[in-house]
Amino acid sequence: MNLLAFNLPLVALIPFLGAPIAAWAARFNRVASAWVAGIVTLLALLILMPAVHIPFDNETLVQSWSWLPALGLDFAFRLDGLSLLFSFLILLIGLLVILYARYYLSAQDSMGRFFAYLLMFMGSMLGIVLSENLIQLVIFWELTSLTSFLLISYWQYSQDARDGARMALTITGAGGLAMLAGVLMIGNMVGSFNLTDVLASGDLIRQNEHYLTALVLILLGVFTKSAQFPFHFWLPHAMAAPTPVSAYLHSATMVKAGIFILARLFPVLSGTEAWGWLVGGAGMITMVLGAYTALFKHDLKGLLAYSTISHLGLITLLFGFSTKLAAVAAIFHIINHATFKASLFMVAGIIDHECGTRDMRKVNGLLKYMPHTALLAMIAASAMAGVPLLNGFLSKEMFFQQALTATDHHTLSWAIPVIVTFGAVFSVAYSLRFIHDVFFNGEPQGLSKTPHEPPRFMKIPVDILVLLCLGVGMVPMLIVAPILSVAVAASIQSVPPDYSLAIWHGFNIPLLMSFIALLFGVIVYFYREKLFRWHDTNLPRLDAKTLFNRITHGLLVLSGRISRLFDRGSLQNAISWVLLSGVAATLYGFLQFDSPLFGDRTLLDANLLTMVQVGILVIASILTALLHHQRLVSLIIIGVIGLIVSLGFVKFSAPDLALTQLSVEVVTIVLLLLALFFLPQHSPQERSHRRLFRDLVLSISAGVTVMLLAMAVMSRDYASISGFFLENSKPGGGGTNVVNVILVDFRGFDTLGEIVVLALAGLGIFALLKDLKLPAPQRDIEGREWSHDPHPPIMQTLTRLLFPLMLMVAVFIFLRGHNLPGGGFIAGLIAAVALISQYLANGIAWTNARIKVDMHKVIAVGLTAAFVTGLAAMFLSYPFLTTTFTYLTWPIVGKFEIASAMIFDLGVFLVVVGATVLILVELGKLSHASHGLAQQEKK
Amino acid sequence: MEWLVAIAIGVMTSSGVYLVLRARTFPLVLGLTLISYAVNVFLFVMGRLQIGEAAIISAETTKYTDPLPQALVLTAIVIAFGMTAFLIVLALKARSELGNDHVDGMSYVAEEQENKVAGGDAK
Repeated sequence: MNLLAFNLPLVALIPFLGAPIAAWAARFNRVASAWVAGIVTLLALLILMPAVHIPFDNETLVQSWSWLPALGLDFAFRLDGLSLLFSFLILLIGLLVILYARYYLSAQDSMGRFFAYLLMFMGSMLGIVLSENLIQLVIFWELTSLTSFLLISYWQYSQDARDGARMALTITGAGGLAMLAGVLMIGNMVGSFNLTDVLASGDLIRQNEHYLTALVLILLGVFTKSAQFPFHFWLPHAMAAPTPVSAYLHSATMVKAGIFILARLFPVLSGTEAWGWLVGGAGMITMVLGAYTALFKHDLKGLLAYSTISHLGLITLLFGFSTKLAAVAAIFHIINHATFKASLFMVAGIIDHECGTRDMRKVNGLLKYMPHTALLAMIAASAMAGVPLLNGFLSKEMFFQQALTATDHHTLSWAIPVIVTFGAVFSVAYSLRFIHDVFFNGEPQGLSKTPHEPPRFMKIPVDILVLLCLGVGMVPMLIVAPILSVAVAASIQSVPPDYSLAIWHGFNIPLLMSFIALLFGVIVYFYREKLFRWHDTNLPRLDAKTLFNRITHGLLVLSGRISRLFDRGSLQNAISWVLLSGVAATLYGFLQFDSPLFGDRTLLDANLLTMVQVGILVIASILTALLHHQRLVSLIIIGVIGLIVSLGFVKFSAPDLALTQLSVEVVTIVLLLLALFFLPQHSPQERSHRRLFRDLVLSISAGVTVMLLAMAVMSRDYASISGFFLENSKPGGGGTNVVNVILVDFRGFDTLGEIVVLALAGLGIFALLKDLKLPAPQRDIEGREWSHDPHPPIMQTLTRLLFPLMLMVAVFIFLRGHNLPGGGFIAGLIAAVALISQYLANGIAWTNARIKVDMHKVIAVGLTAAFVTGLAAMFLSYPFLTTTFTYLTWPIVGKFEIASAMIFDLGVFLVVVGATVLILVELGKLSHASHGLAQQEKK
Repeated sequence: MEWLVAIAIGVMTSSGVYLVLRARTFPLVLGLTLISYAVNVFLFVMGRLQIGEAAIISAETTKYTDPLPQALVLTAIVIAFGMTAFLIVLALKARSELGNDHVDGMSYVAEEQENKVAGGDAK
């Protein structure tokens, strides 16, 4: 067994399988679900391991299975350096978050639910980064939106959590739809949805006339997911999530999904002016706006949220530069940001956990209460600020270098380093605030409890992440260089450019920019009081949440109004719209039709008998409609129509249909009579003449269009595919009645589906009628009392005599069905009529005492017979429902044919009998019960 | 002959549509039954009208009618019965739950008040 043939889908799907187990395990022991989540994550990592060497050999592993070949879609996974880097981030940080969350969640929180959601999210993320097929990628993308909705709203009782989750889902979900459209366009341009093909067609896509539209659509997905301006506002509201969720989703994974797409499609979409302006522009605005706003947030997580927005903007800006070196810096910063931001979120969670609040105006001077945590936080926050010897410094230096050189030729290129440094100043200032305000700056203000160090294992994930920050910062070549190099190679789809991860590059302008940022950052922080006052008084309050709510509310009202134009809560009204649009669509079709309405096929001559029959049918149809207020009368008239339709089938060479129609007619009328007993005997007059007129016009135009359509078809010749059935019916199916052979053999699968529907209808009716109580009317339509002698003796005797004969007819019709008109459907209906007539004439109690067969079981046996015939063929390695036949010779009977299709037909027979009898007898029981009820009341 | 069949289909459709647009459940079921007839015949005539050419293979005949639409319509007839049965039971259930047989389940409509005497309601 070669694991390399199928391990990638396993990695992405195992978390989904683990999710229900985690939820289930929590029933026994809440910590067990954390263990399940951890083990599942380790398992995914283990399964990934055999493939890890492949990206380092500069190869790409693709595993694909055909999915919808007609659309060129594959179920395909891919592992290259970029996928590997992201998979590691998702799984390793996931593991740390699971450990952390086990201690973070309090006794009231359901651990099973949390870890189940978390695993599903992890699987969706892995699906995104491991997808080879773009459509499949979008599916996983939407799954992350859904699962993150569940995670953000984990504390369902909190209004903030629900609102934040809904906002995140709306924004990222809408972006996902835009991205789907963009992906479809790209697939259309390239002719394939496979990344391998797409990545090789960069020039083709950039030169396509629809490049800009596709780019904008994909960027909408990217910007919404990665919280880029102007879609950044959902991220701070998503902070209502439990902190482990923020540490995972909002630092390392979900918000990086958009960035991942930028890296993935970098060789395809980048390098144009539109890309530069859109991606670079959004990135720069987001970076500065995020850094500036972060300083003014008093909530620790709010500060971190805006800081995340700012760093995501930084990465986006780097991709916007379109150079290979910028891509290196961007991917490097993805790693660094994931490590320091995840640890900072965890620290924020610890503080919240220990102090009961995250407000920096209250949380002060924690250094002496939790020195260990303070040290960790200070290192991580310094990495965030870009202090030398830490990982953030390295990628920031590369970023400054790119900001200086990437846009040399542009007239505005002097502005970029200035703006970037301005952003960096605030980045330093808010990092400093995180350290100084929380761990120094006097004593805690009004905390409900005395803070102390958290449990040891809660700090271990932070320890590990902070060690990584230090390690990458001091010995980058050792820790991060190999994976960075393969990830970059996969992202830019070529050999990585020369770059140096050295800590010291000598005195140069980027170093100067770092120095300026640090210096002014400190200055800004020390004058923060003034700045806060200025910020509060001079800047207009623009609350994105209110705006968002106003827009969504407006859209809801608008769509409600539009629906109410058509749907006024009345089904009667709604159905007229449906019919009207049907008629309009057909009329439009007629108008589009160029050739003459009728063809030149030679028509058959009309004869008198047919004219009379059609005349009766027309009159009966019109009378049914006109006399529908007298329900019994119209029911009797509709029987006439059924009979004439049967006669028509006889006339026009369809004996099977005639037999079916005739027997269905009988059961239908019995059924409607039984039901009518419980319904009002009259329909009240409808008073609106306008409505009657409208309906009349609608129905006449519907009739005329259908008539013209039928005539347009009938007057033309056509090429039928039935030649095949006619030729193969006898040699292939072993029967001469082609209609029956089609039903049980050629199109057996359809028939199987249809008897399943019939069986379901029967069972559904059984369920509906269970415990249904309806008062039976005391008097009939003329005001006479109902007869209480429901079983007249003459009828009883006659039906009992006829019963064996009727069953014999059913058997006869069934047996001859394969060769002459007949078969399971018709025989089943005849047998059902035989049974029902017993129930009608002799009563339910009498008949049930003699026929002790449960109709549910008959249906079940019938379905099983039909299904097993199909399966048997599969065991003999033929396709499902292949039939066979042979000839037997018996004494006296002689030579006759036996076909496996007959067992299938027997199944059909049983289902038809079972369902029909079940329906009618259940209805009959209802009237029986009501009669009893009525009589009891009388007494 | 084709015109006669086409007219039959058209009239059944018209009556069916008119009944489907009514406000009470029973006429609606009748209307759907009529429409099923029309649809079945419509599908059937897609194989064109043939007289005396039933699709039973035998040595003497060489010309057969098109069996495919017939096979499709045969199951359609049976399914239509299942659907009618389900609908009418649904109508019974609605009457039991809502106390009337209006498709919109309105318990007190003006026209009902007007025609209470003619209604023959069992309440």
